[in-house]
Order: sequence, then structure tokens, then C-alpha cells
Amino acid sequence: MKALPVGDNALLVEVASGEEAQALHAELVRRRAEGSLTVREIVPAARTVLLDGLTDPARLASELAAAEVPPEPPRAGNVIELPVRYDGPDLADVAALWGVREAEVARIHASTEFRVAFCGFAPGFGYLAGLPSRYDVPRRATPRTAVPAGSVGLAGPYTGVYPRSSPGGWQLIGTTDAVLWDHARVPAALLSPGTRVRFVATGPERTS
Amino acid sequence: MTDRALSVVRAGALTTVQDRGRPGHAHLGVPRSGALDQPAAGLANRLVGNRPEAAVLETTLNGCAVRPRSTVTVAVTGAPCRVTMDGRAVAWGAPVRVPAGALLEVGAAVLGVRSYVAVSGGVTVEPVLGSRSTDLLSRLGPPPLSDGAVLPLGRPEEPHTHVDVGPQPAPPAELVLRVTPGPRDDWFTPEAVRAFTTRTFRVSSASNRIGLRTEGPALERARSGELPSEGMVLGAVQVPPDGRPVVFLADHPTTGGYPVIGVVRTADLPAAAQAVPGTPVRFVAVRRR
Repeated sequence: MKALPVGDNALLVEVASGEEAQALHAELVRRRAEGSLTVREIVPAARTVLLDGLTDPARLASELAAAEVPPEPPRAGNVIELPVRYDGPDLADVAALWGVREAEVARIHASTEFRVAFCGFAPGFGYLAGLPSRYDVPRRATPRTAVPAGSVGLAGPYTGVYPRSSPGGWQLIGTTDAVLWDHARVPAALLSPGTRVRFVATGPERTS
Repeated sequence: MTDRALSVVRAGALTTVQDRGRPGHAHLGVPRSGALDQPAAGLANRLVGNRPEAAVLETTLNGCAVRPRSTVTVAVTGAPCRVTMDGRAVAWGAPVRVPAGALLEVGAAVLGVRSYVAVSGGVTVEPVLGSRSTDLLSRLGPPPLSDGAVLPLGRPEEPHTHVDVGPQPAPPAELVLRVTPGPRDDWFTPEAVRAFTTRTFRVSSASNRIGLRTEGPALERARSGELPSEGMVLGAVQVPPDGRPVVFLADHPTTGGYPVIGVVRTADLPAAAQAVPGTPVRFVAVRRR
């Protein structure tokens, strides 16, 4: 574990893998909840956790440098189920990349338990980890100028759901009616780092 | 709509509602947002007797014009500009009583970029995650002002007893930004690291509330490949593939995949918010405190 200073009040803690970053994030959130860590923002990402708003980053850096990466966090909390129609425009391309039939893409995706590794790109957009690395896919060579809200896409090792219409280069495999972000709701974000997620296939015949 | 409201007569190039922003939600992908020149916004609020968290208007280069529906106290700070009421010049940087129905015009910035307009009672649009700030990156908060829009105002605080005419720094002829190196300075060649803190850049006209973009020497990377997305802080100097440093301001993305060569001290960011395109910029390396 490496703690890089960022400006005067922040640390970027770097670990070896996405799984370690998720474990470290869970541990840091736990420490903040119990009161042993005072920090304004804990921002997990692909291989790092950013701690911003620290009063004594140097001391924490030396403490973290001597610490072990915590073991994988327990699977705590409810699983959020997202209903999905596997009808995305890139389903055939993903099936070809995976070397399976389209129906098999849906089966594999819907039988995976995901975990929100981190959020970014837009409020409520979660990077969901969980698929084995053999299912990593590249981004589309040409991003779409408008991806509809609710689109379920794949990029690299991650699955993501577009909270609203925006440009994007992810491979779209499906659509959900779940509301990922509603600032009038508490909490506004359906998914936050650490949230467990399952996609539940709903055939087109069952949607109204 | 009650009579405590402000009619927007001329929205200007880009006028937004801003307060102290919505920090604490970066892990959800929510930028902090808030007034770019916090000291100027804070002074405007003090001048009209508002609480520090009250929302003000932030103009961009060419001001705006508003008409209050009730008598209010207004103060304009930040970028110096001509301020008029029904066509007559009134004070900039001091409280001005504006009767109901009068037209308050905030002119083009004479120096600097952003003027702040505080109105007694504050702008009370519906807060989002605890803040009324317009976030131009993620489109949270109220949309930028448009001609004809009506903004609700809060009830003024008890009358304040003293007039606080605070000193305001003049916008800089040269922008000097103190930076602490890293966390990704090792992604750049030694020449690029040296150029970053010894050469002079210029403020690019592509700058906005998300970042202060620069023109000047391109900083060359020492390594190829992609940096996995990582958390970004206010003041981070991110270097995209074109090699031109971008200083992250209030509406910056919460994560990013380009290496950060250094981080500008927060105290220097208000000056960055007032630097007009073409202003020379120097990054000065300082030791971490």
C-alpha cells in the first residue's frame, strides 16, 4: 500500500488491484464511522482511494504505509436488484467478443453478483465490478453522441448504467427502468461504492 | 411567487447561482461546485448582511441586469465593473439600496472575469444535496440564468449595524500559482517537470468553471499507457494527452484518468478564477506544509 501526498490536505492511497481498492475503501469508511478517521471525502477508484480534507496527511501516510491491505470486506447490506431487458444495440458485438450466443451474455450477466467499485463520470454512475476478467471488453471505437438513460453497458472490467442521457463509449447490452439518480430522493444515488447489485432479466414480453 | 423575487432582465454571457457548494459527495460522482472566487462571494454576502452560506449570482465577463420585486440591499464584488441603478452609477463593492422595480445593471468586467451579486435574503432556489450552486459539469442545481427568469429571494437577516467595506485584491496581471508536486509527476519527463515550474503559460479562452486551461509548452510524458481513473482534488493540475496543463476548479470531475503533475494551493484559486484569457501563468513549486 502506497500513500501519495496530493496537495496539502489529501492522500491518494494506491493498492495492487480493484479488489484491494474495494477492501481498503470499506475499511476507511468503517474507520470514519467509528470516529478514528476524520476526513471530508473518501473517493474510491480503480486502484486507489483518495482521502481529501485531512488535517494531518503525513501522519496517516506513514501509518498506512506500514499497514496491510485489509482482507476482502464482508458481503454486507442488501442486494439492489436492477430489472433489465437484454436488448442493447451492442449485444451481438459483446456476444462475439465473449464467444457465446446473445442469450448466453444475458445469462452470464444476470447470474453475476456485482459490487459498486466506485462512482464517477456523472452523479449516480457506478462502476460495477464482478464479471471474471475473461469477459473484459474494449470501449466502442467511436463513442455514441447520445446514450439513452437506463442503458446498461460494459467497458473494461466494469458494468455501468447511464443515470441520464449522455455521450458514451460503453458497449450497450440492455436497458433498465430503475432510477439511478433522483436528487429529490434520499439517498439521491441508488448505487454508491460498496453497494451489491444484481441484474434481473425481464423479457420484453413481460414489460408493459 | 411572493414579492420577494428577482426578475432577470439580462442574463449575460453566463450567470449562475452559487454558494459554498456541495462538498462531501465526491464518492457519488458529484462535483463540489460553488463560487469560484469564494472570498469575493463571501464579502458580497457580508456587505448585504447575509449569512455566509447565502446564494449569490456569479457573472462571467459581461455582467447581468436584474429587477427586484421588493426593496433589497445589493452588493457587487469580485471583478470590478460599472454598476448602475435605473441608469445612474452606484457604488461597486459596497451595499446599495435598490427599491422595488428599479433596474440594477452589473456592467462588463473592467478587470477580471467574475463579478458577484449578493442580494439581501439571498437567492433561495431549491437546494440540491444541500447547495443551491449551479454545477455546469453534472448539471445539478438551477440552470444558468436566462432572460426573463425569476429567482426567489429569502427573508433578509436582521439589519446589520456596520458597513463592511473589505479590501479586494485586484485581478492579477500575472497569475502565480503555488503548486505542490505530484501525485503523478513521475509520469512526466524531467524536462517536462522542469518546464512546468519554470516556463510561462497563458490562460486559454477555453477555461471555464470546470478548469483553467492553459496554452504554452506541452508537457511530455515519460511513460505511455493509461492511468486507471483516480480521485481528483480541487486545484489538481491534470495534463491531458495534448500536454497542456488544466487546473481543476469548482466544477471539476471527481475522478479522472490523466496524470496530475501537481496541486495548486486552494488559497491561490480565487485569483485563477479572475484571470482573463491571455494572462501569463507561472506555476511555482512549494514545499508541502
